[in-house]
Amino acid sequence: MTATQPPQPQPDPQSDPQQSDPQQSDPQQSEFGSQPPSQPGSQAQPETQSQSESESQSESGSQARSGSRSEGGLGSLVGGGAPNGAGYRSFVLGEFTFSRDDYFVYVGWPTGSHVASADAFLKALQRDVAWEFFYGIVNFDGVIGTVNHYGTVDLFAGRYNDAWRKAELDHLQNFPTPQIRATFAAMLDDWTNHGFDPFASPDETGSAFGPKHGNNTPAVTRRRVTATRMVGLHGDEPLRSDQTGHRVNRQFTDVAQDEPLVEAAAGFEDQVHAFNLFGYLSRSDVTWNPSVVSVCRHSLYCPTTEEYILPIIHGNDRVEWFLQLSDTIYWDVEDRDSGAVRSKVTMHPGDVAAMPADIRHQGYAPKRAMLLVWENADPDLPHLIATGQLPTNPIDI
Amino acid sequence: MSRFVTRFGSLGGFEKGRVEVVDDDPRHYAFSNVFEVALGSGPWEQVAVAQNRQYVLEVVRAEGTSGWRTCGHDQSVLVMDGQVTVELAVPGPGQGPAAGLDGSVGLPGGVPGGPAMGRVVAGRGHLVLLPAGGAYRMVAQRPGVLVVQTIAGPDTRYRWAQICQTS
Repeated sequence: MTATQPPQPQPDPQSDPQQSDPQQSDPQQSEFGSQPPSQPGSQAQPETQSQSESESQSESGSQARSGSRSEGGLGSLVGGGAPNGAGYRSFVLGEFTFSRDDYFVYVGWPTGSHVASADAFLKALQRDVAWEFFYGIVNFDGVIGTVNHYGTVDLFAGRYNDAWRKAELDHLQNFPTPQIRATFAAMLDDWTNHGFDPFASPDETGSAFGPKHGNNTPAVTRRRVTATRMVGLHGDEPLRSDQTGHRVNRQFTDVAQDEPLVEAAAGFEDQVHAFNLFGYLSRSDVTWNPSVVSVCRHSLYCPTTEEYILPIIHGNDRVEWFLQLSDTIYWDVEDRDSGAVRSKVTMHPGDVAAMPADIRHQGYAPKRAMLLVWENADPDLPHLIATGQLPTNPIDI
Repeated sequence: MSRFVTRFGSLGGFEKGRVEVVDDDPRHYAFSNVFEVALGSGPWEQVAVAQNRQYVLEVVRAEGTSGWRTCGHDQSVLVMDGQVTVELAVPGPGQGPAAGLDGSVGLPGGVPGGPAMGRVVAGRGHLVLLPAGGAYRMVAQRPGVLVVQTIAGPDTRYRWAQICQTS
């Protein structure tokens, strides 16, 4: 399929726009590199394969015909023109345009437009950037989102919304991962003001609103924890302490900080190992941000601390599992493609639940809670599920 | 003093959540609770509570002294309740896990023929590495609950219909 070049906005001769080059490395790129950390060795998919997978994933379960679709070329403009009256730059990615003012973010595409609250948009954008577009679909809300094809990414508007699909006003465009990552990272940095941390709970951070004032680059470029075997082992992700700048969170001050007794015979120091996972999690300075702490081949323990609302609605391309370690989280579960409500799931400490591969979910944590997200990072899974070779439900009871 | 109280579960006290169906089947979620599973398990039984192809999470009721076991790949043990001592040793000749066999198995011969590697004493919230190729056994003075990250093996037990919410 031939890639079409989207229309280019004419640059202001008075300005100095930055033309993004997807071939350049992103200076804000996290240390773990260009691939999701749980996809070691995965290769960028050829465009035709990712397109067919995108089509099968987007078509499954939905009777609505799709709207418009274009192939992402090199058409992106980062910071086109001078900052607007509120001090924020606008962005173009293919046929999508992005701008913000004091309160809102405005997204445009050939067949429609959308308005979102700036704080909600930035929180979602932060996760999408930090997680390298994660597994499957990252819905920013009921309209805008991305689909990860592990080498390319779909940016869509309305594609997983029944009303938009039936009206054939949805839109989707596929981009090389480096290109969309660079644009999103630049947008996140420009639009995040000093004092606002998109990773923090609302009670822990300042306002996202108002005219542009400074930035918070350290917060939006945090390095994601990705252990290769287990946190605390020599050469692997380090433990957390007051000395490393990880103080116990205000809502976990009653969590025991004792470490296990580890007695290793000489020469077995790298084999005899344990650490206080609950204490480690109590010192996390982010919310809704799974990080890898323990690995068994493709089996990844990705615990996270949750408070308030998950800023995205996650649509799986594989089954994932939750084990509630502490406190309570309430989950809204919807059909992945149409958004129709399917279930409400309440999880208390010790509860285990699968999230099937045909749903999307959003969580609500009234008090900071510890959740173990268990992932299978096998790179073959999305294709096997999208083509019906594996069921969307994990167990046949 | 903080007004926030962090709630954990235990064999002696837990509250189980549930799936409230709107337009769905609760069996799709394989919803269970590790403490409830352990209450109904015998000591050291390995009951699957989560499965993703060949990978499983096993709930183990830790009570007394387990037999020596071995495994060809890394595993991890998360203590959800109680305290457990994990003893580690090098398997002797012929005691190592069979090539290509996944999941843990009882150690051939029952007792490791190699030197001791060390031990870990772990309480609630502690995550312990069970290194690939090693032999291990666990001791719990009082009943506790463990979650093992591993690959399904010959000793993995499946009781989905008994442990999961089905309606």
